[in-house]
Amino acid sequence: MPVVALGDYDFPAKDTVDKFHGNQMLFIGWDQHLMFCAPFAFPFPPNLPFGEIPKIMNNPGCFGYHPDYAKINWDTATWLKSGKPFKPDFSKSLSENGLKHKDSLRFQTPELTGIKGSAS
Amino acid sequence: MDAKVNKKLGLKDRYAAMTRGLGWDTTYQSMDEVFPYDKFEGIKIHDWDKWEDPFRMTMDAYWKYQAEKERKLYAIIDAFNQNNGHLGITDARYINCIKLFLCGISPLEYTASRGFTHVGRQFRGVGPRVACLMQALDEVRHAQTQIHSMSNYNKYYNGMHNWHHMRDRVWYLSVPKSFFEDAFSAGPFEFMIAIGFSFEYVLTNLLFVPFVSGAAYNGDMGAMTFGFSAQSDEARHMTLGLECIKFMLEQDPANVPIVQKWIDKWTWRGYRVLSLVSMMMDYMLPKRVMSWKEAWEIYFEENGGSLFKDLERYGIRLPKYTEQMEVDKEHLSHQTWATFYQYAAACNFHAWIPSDEEMDWLSEKYPNTFDKYYRPRLEYWRDEEAKGNRFYSKTLPQLCQVCQTPMIYTEPGDPTQTCYRESDFKDDKYHFCSDGCKDIFDDEPEKYVQAWLPVQQIYQGNCFTPEADPTAPDFDPLIEVLKFYGMNIGRDNFDFKGSEDEKNFEAWRNLSTKN
Repeated sequence: MPVVALGDYDFPAKDTVDKFHGNQMLFIGWDQHLMFCAPFAFPFPPNLPFGEIPKIMNNPGCFGYHPDYAKINWDTATWLKSGKPFKPDFSKSLSENGLKHKDSLRFQTPELTGIKGSAS
Repeated sequence: MDAKVNKKLGLKDRYAAMTRGLGWDTTYQSMDEVFPYDKFEGIKIHDWDKWEDPFRMTMDAYWKYQAEKERKLYAIIDAFNQNNGHLGITDARYINCIKLFLCGISPLEYTASRGFTHVGRQFRGVGPRVACLMQALDEVRHAQTQIHSMSNYNKYYNGMHNWHHMRDRVWYLSVPKSFFEDAFSAGPFEFMIAIGFSFEYVLTNLLFVPFVSGAAYNGDMGAMTFGFSAQSDEARHMTLGLECIKFMLEQDPANVPIVQKWIDKWTWRGYRVLSLVSMMMDYMLPKRVMSWKEAWEIYFEENGGSLFKDLERYGIRLPKYTEQMEVDKEHLSHQTWATFYQYAAACNFHAWIPSDEEMDWLSEKYPNTFDKYYRPRLEYWRDEEAKGNRFYSKTLPQLCQVCQTPMIYTEPGDPTQTCYRESDFKDDKYHFCSDGCKDIFDDEPEKYVQAWLPVQQIYQGNCFTPEADPTAPDFDPLIEVLKFYGMNIGRDNFDFKGSEDEKNFEAWRNLSTKN
């Protein structure tokens, strides 16, 4: 439904990819690990190899803080993109993996259930 | 000869003579040109004279009553300040509620004033114009009196010095800011439903009671006395909101679906802003008033339930997502506080882990959810803090495009699963925390694609001071953002434990009780 306005209402979107200095935004959430209050937002270059992502996230200011992180088996972890199954090729770049600006990924490690199994 | 003496007018007629009696229909320019904003929303008004004045205060009465309240208010504020009243609060953690209020709420009072000033010009009916003018005065009064009530704390404690600057920049403050900017960039009728009705009537007690009772329970005479002095203003605001909605609904049945859509939207947007209040009630008030769950049950489920029952005769139903808000009442405060706990490095007020007693209170108030979902992470964080490994998230979160909160909310019915919603619009993707926010976007995407989202703005490089030098070897973008925020790094932010506030309060309180 279009906006109800006095006249013509057509203004530029604030967050188009051209405004991110060569980066694109990628959102990544870790299912069942709600110690992290929200999925994280990253500005990544489109040619970043997907395999770099687990290393980038492995820091104490990111998912790396969690005791489960070191136990993740990246070969068996499953991924969703916009809620649908997604199989990333870790040797290829974000763009080669078909990832676009502001795509939203989730990774799932069902054998890891968070702090005391509370999904935290 | 006897002079002919007319009978003195009654209150209603006198008020009408002083307000509507001063209005006229323009002839040099058409009414539509003089009032260009009050038709485009599709709300049909056939007879403005059917407006019933919700209150009748001419200027002489207004100034008289307000002046009486001001004299009392400022006398109490002066006494509180002169007596070092800040040392009478329960404990220094309470002061973080004041920081939250000053940055998050007081600016909304001022924005409300601007909003009511605007709509007070735009309605072609004189009755609503005068009522909106009064409310515009009230709201600027509230902004000023709140600032005065809280300013004394700024002399002694951190985080409040730059509230106005921070309000326009800091990540969590874009939540209340965008709420009000959405409202006052809408048409006049939507503004009245958004603020006059949904905020000032339906949801008002969920803001007012927690903060003002919270002040009273925690020894904050300054904020408490502001609350008392605002009560009669708020009563007028409620009657105005109620009259607005009734008037719109009675004027034309075509107005009903438009009003319903606005009620759905604005109850949801207001509810999202109130997540800040939920965490204040459950985690930040050392002496708690009641739980968010209890407040929601009384003020929304019971009181709001009755109100909407009353509106059924017009064809209005309960706001959409009422059931979801009811389910979420057991989760909202915990999810919100956990957010501020982990982002405490980027916040102008402190966070902390609740004490054992406080966690037991939370277990009791939230028997279905606290121990199962939230206590484990709080205790884990506490244990890590004791080891010197306090959790500070240094990675920016994904935000909801509409409410601008980080995506911290969970699927209704599954508190272990983040709620993800998205829409595509003109080759770009947009993300939402909930169906409520997605619905708002899908209805008017052209509006929300313009949102100034703090995370996106940081990544676009728009949140640095002119002095920031990305080529410097020790360039730390997060520190630079905090400078852009106007924060005193190391004083305003991080955990309450070890803060200047904690040390100073304890030292001063000891000084005031020992020799």
